[in-house]
Amino acid sequence: MSNIALSNEEIRRYSRHLIMPEVGMAGQRRLKQGSVLLIGSGGLGSPLALYLAAAGVGHIGLVDFDVVDESNLQRQIVHGTATVGKPKTASAQARMHDLNPFVEVTTYETQITSANALELLQPYDVIIDGTDNFPTRYLTNDASVLLGKPNVYGSIFRFEGQATVFSPKDGGPCYRCLYPEPPPPGLVPSCAEGGVLGVLPGVIGTIQATEAIKLITGIGETLVGRLMLYDALAMRFRELKLRRNPACPVCGDHPTVTTLIDYDQFCGIFPESSTLGSQDAITPVELAALLQSDERPYLLDVRNPYEVEIATIPGTDKLIPVDQLQERLNELDTALEMVVYCRSGVRSGRAVELLKSAGFRKLKNLTGGILRWSSDVDASVPRY
Amino acid sequence: MAVTITIPTALRQYAAGKATVVLEADNVGALLRGLVEQHPTLGKHLFGEDGRLRSFVNVYVGDEDIRYLAGEATPLQAGETVSIIPAIAGGTR
Repeated sequence: MSNIALSNEEIRRYSRHLIMPEVGMAGQRRLKQGSVLLIGSGGLGSPLALYLAAAGVGHIGLVDFDVVDESNLQRQIVHGTATVGKPKTASAQARMHDLNPFVEVTTYETQITSANALELLQPYDVIIDGTDNFPTRYLTNDASVLLGKPNVYGSIFRFEGQATVFSPKDGGPCYRCLYPEPPPPGLVPSCAEGGVLGVLPGVIGTIQATEAIKLITGIGETLVGRLMLYDALAMRFRELKLRRNPACPVCGDHPTVTTLIDYDQFCGIFPESSTLGSQDAITPVELAALLQSDERPYLLDVRNPYEVEIATIPGTDKLIPVDQLQERLNELDTALEMVVYCRSGVRSGRAVELLKSAGFRKLKNLTGGILRWSSDVDASVPRY
Repeated sequence: MAVTITIPTALRQYAAGKATVVLEADNVGALLRGLVEQHPTLGKHLFGEDGRLRSFVNVYVGDEDIRYLAGEATPLQAGETVSIIPAIAGGTR
């Protein structure tokens, strides 16, 4: 294990590690020998990629299928303005190579799926979950448990983060012990809908990187069996106890999930989940023409008030956030032709479904929302 | 028995934006029912149609999960903190 050698250049580079007895030459050789798979090169993946490369983890794999977008750079610090539009894996790899040419970085520009997950995870010692959705989190968990690998978990929302290490082989719980089932789609907002403080993934991703380094070097006390909670607004860390559930379907005493399943289905996500068809949709160009005509429709915005301050469609008649719609139906008139919009068309689609089920008939959902209004009709409306 | 209950960011919009609520209750079930009485829209986020706590919402008394205590019957002491910890998935792509 520790017969791998460090060159004189590496010894100079890692000197601040080497002079600590807890790491020393043995720990640094373990890092060089170690391998980590980072699933997601976004907010959490950014500090992870940078610190793990800097620390000298010998082999780092990056899985991501996305490209760098301007709106990522508020928090995804491994990328830069120069790599906007480029694949996140290649963007991160270049930065990591510049930071530390002694580490090998393998990129997988693909989406992790039930078909490729075991093959992707197999070569690595430690798995890190830096993903942004429930299906991938359950997939990452189950694949890690099946392969007996520790899964360093981190998750964030707005000002709050969670981190732990799931490692049933060390006696700890897995993600399914903590949350046996995911929330139904739409009940918990995503970061794209809910927003996130840019430095928050920096804190949580750095905790994940710390845990990965401890797992590889074998020092310290890991987060196995403890859930770390961080509240950036209160600036408070708290710790909760996590226990392995003997009845867990994946890591329990009598597991019922022994191969990877369909995680979209498990999370209630179906390709045809919407009951809306093309007759329920209107494009921004069509709406713009209608707003100029005598048949001007009633324009309903279902976003949150603070989004209206960023951008709005001129002539909007009413604002009712989608979460309040059910309670405020009496403020709307079923007789009016109505167009419903939000930022991208997702929330307004939910709103149209809700209004239809409440008896409204003359409804259209604005396809692509205010984002497409900006690109197709009025470029002076900012995109956010 | 006055007990503090912490509301996670994701659910604060259904609790008038509050981060904590102080309520009188002898056990966890009564506490949660009292909370939902004050903030009815929280109800569907905490409880399923079967009236049971949803499986992506965990409730802790101090640092202990009520699933490993006495569930909703878990008794509460004055001054205790009860936390609602829902599953969050963000990593920000």
